[in-house]
Amino acid sequence: MAKENRQLLQGNAACVQGALYAGMRFFAGYPITPSTEIAEGSARELPKLGGKFIQMEDELGSIAAIIGASVSGAKAMTGTSGPGYSLMLENIGYAFMTEVPVVVVNVQRGGPSTGLPTKVSQSDTMQARWGTHGDYSSITVAPSTVGDTLTETIRAFNLAERFRTPVTILLDEVIAHSREIIRIPEPGEYEVIDRVKPTCPPEEYLPYEITENYVTPMPAYGEGYRYHITGLTHDQHGFPTNKPSEIIVKLDKLKKKIENYKDEITKIRVEMMDDAEIAIISYGSVSRAALQATMLAREAGVKVGCIQLYTIWPFPEKELLELCGKCQKVIVGELNMGQIVHEVERILPRDISINTIQRYDGEILTPVQILEKLEEVL
Amino acid sequence: MAHKILDKIQLPSDRFEMRLSGSGGQGMIFASVVLSKAIGMNSNKSVVQSQSYGPEARGGASKADVVVSDNEIYYPKAMKLDLLLAMTQEALDKYYPDLKENGMLIVDSSLVHNVPDVEHYAFEFTHMARNQIGHIMVANVIALGAIAALTGLVTKEKLTEIVLQHAPRGTEEKNRNAVELGYNEALKAKK
Amino acid sequence: MATVTEKKAPKQKSDVTLHYLRPGKKFPNVWCPGCGIGIVMGAYIRALDKLGWDRNKVAMVSGIGCSSRMPVYLDFHALHTTHGRALPFATGVKFNRPDMNVVVITGDGDALAIGGNHFIHACRRNINITVILINNNIYGMTGGQGSPTTPSHSYSTTTPYGNAEKHFDPCTLAKAAGATFVARGTVANVPQLEKLASQALQHHGFSLLEVVTNCHTYYGRLNRMGDAVTMIQKFKEDAVMLGKAKKMTPEELEGKFIVGVLHEEEKTEFCDVYDQVVEHVSPK
Repeated sequence: MAKENRQLLQGNAACVQGALYAGMRFFAGYPITPSTEIAEGSARELPKLGGKFIQMEDELGSIAAIIGASVSGAKAMTGTSGPGYSLMLENIGYAFMTEVPVVVVNVQRGGPSTGLPTKVSQSDTMQARWGTHGDYSSITVAPSTVGDTLTETIRAFNLAERFRTPVTILLDEVIAHSREIIRIPEPGEYEVIDRVKPTCPPEEYLPYEITENYVTPMPAYGEGYRYHITGLTHDQHGFPTNKPSEIIVKLDKLKKKIENYKDEITKIRVEMMDDAEIAIISYGSVSRAALQATMLAREAGVKVGCIQLYTIWPFPEKELLELCGKCQKVIVGELNMGQIVHEVERILPRDISINTIQRYDGEILTPVQILEKLEEVL
Repeated sequence: MAHKILDKIQLPSDRFEMRLSGSGGQGMIFASVVLSKAIGMNSNKSVVQSQSYGPEARGGASKADVVVSDNEIYYPKAMKLDLLLAMTQEALDKYYPDLKENGMLIVDSSLVHNVPDVEHYAFEFTHMARNQIGHIMVANVIALGAIAALTGLVTKEKLTEIVLQHAPRGTEEKNRNAVELGYNEALKAKK
Repeated sequence: MATVTEKKAPKQKSDVTLHYLRPGKKFPNVWCPGCGIGIVMGAYIRALDKLGWDRNKVAMVSGIGCSSRMPVYLDFHALHTTHGRALPFATGVKFNRPDMNVVVITGDGDALAIGGNHFIHACRRNINITVILINNNIYGMTGGQGSPTTPSHSYSTTTPYGNAEKHFDPCTLAKAAGATFVARGTVANVPQLEKLASQALQHHGFSLLEVVTNCHTYYGRLNRMGDAVTMIQKFKEDAVMLGKAKKMTPEELEGKFIVGVLHEEEKTEFCDVYDQVVEHVSPK
């Protein structure tokens, strides 16, 4: 067997490695802390593979360029942080509407506005779900380690291609800038999904046809399928429409193609939940403190379990309901003033006590803080 | 108030947490990256390195943490240090409270003169770099040699190999000697 | 409607445009009767047809506005994007696929106001994209608001007492920003427009063709400039060929506009340079 390819990488560098593994061949971005190493790594690695890197004039242009690259056939990504993500939301909405697969990495920092460029935060959780105007279903994943960042980036590309939709990766400053020794996977070790292309003759091609799974095959430019792409609400031909019956079909397509396939999208990590009386729910770097606290509390005889959300959106309702149904109490840990906790409150029965531990001072939650909370709610 | 959980908690015994601290420009981050690679690249150990970013990293106290474990590392940051390297008085004063009772304290006695009354190792890393190697910039590499000898986390050979991978061209000999010097001095002092 | 004519005139030159209309598209179009955008579309199509380009290798990218609706009617790859962003979308298409001919159709508001930053940076990169900027001095689609090319003192619904601002000259802006082909034409001179479109399409580098056109519905009405025919007649009087303009004094040129190829130079093109980078760094 060939020698393992082990490397010491920052989360941001692992994100680039994962993207390349998944077949990324186009990156457009604009420098912003703490995401800049993703752009720098892409600038260095892409041309070696015949891929393209471009530094655009701003984040509005960056997201536009990757959508242009994707419709013309490339797997494309951009990386940014909260302030840039806010700017990108305009054309993230365009990608939702036009059903163009792209991956957007948001390395979160404190906000609102310019906020805390070098400090950790998870305050863009709801923005990733609802940030752009209009109704749509969205997919967001959240790694918690450098190794996760590589594999979740592969998964983000796969989900984008499978569902023809933008996928957001919510990283945070702690993961982005920590270095860990990870093993770079061999080719073939992880599945890489490519968008389905049409097989019908071009004259029969309906670019937004309602298919069985609501995802329409997508050709690249130059393959003979000339069709119209617009951010205006459109019919199955891709032409703007104002007809109520056609509007409903379009918006339902955007929702159903994701909500009907949540089982394919949901990914969670469950530790010590079998006999747990208390569940700690978290995502991103907080999960690492939560796991540590869970392990320590278990040694002290506390029946606590840990649920880590790798998929944040669509929210893993069914799984959480099943797992927490037997608990009396849950603790939701986040680096914000309370975002995902509203989803937890929405789905769990009222007799379960829902507690929060939140930090929004630019620092990561520690295991001791979580243990203190655990002690308080016991 | 009696704690039901916190009083019973033992800090995880499978983690070894190190902090390399000094002032900006002393190469603490570089040293932490080299140390992490030397420990983790050819072993099955988990290693997490992190560092202070932003204004803190430019002048003033600078720090980089390395957490090592045979198992999965959950929490990525140091909780209570097993080892503290302090290359300046300011770094020592700032980070000493994070060191475990009986944790290993290593100071650069060229620059640190006021050390708490605990068992510790003192080496004149900066003076050794200037006087014996001929370049002040390798004080951090001498310190790495000492850490290797005192902890046994990495062999001198592996450390040298990784240091040389990262050393600017033309400085190989100085860096090789720096590891050697730190390693040997620490072995002599090892308790 | 300039292109879909009821008149039976089988051997007329303009017939070629019919072959480029998108099948299945429900006409009529969104443009007002007498709008100059259809004239621009006709000139562009005839120029492109003469070049004999494979329509599978043509991508038309546009933003938001009356002019930006053009790609919906034409049988090419069409990317009708968000307001002001056509150029970065087009940059993504062209940079990813240098084999595609990328044409951006835009207006004065789309390209110069909300898209102004993208416009100057696309010029600066000298990426091989052709921009046809249809300048009607106003926001037509939203009902007649002032744009960056609305002349000082002119009226619009947002400059009801006359425009207090100065206006941009898109051609001067493009040249200063690094565009390597800059031309201006007008809907009043269609043969010239077709020729300029052809030159812009063939230019290897960033090319801008500004087309001076009429929005009689809003700009003309608010400024008492008459109907479409009157406005186009006025363009004919005001357009001065570059050669002639060089011999005229600033006073004589007052109120006129210069047409022709205003700037042309050869410079390395962005995608070409990047291809060399790829060649240089990829493993042999």
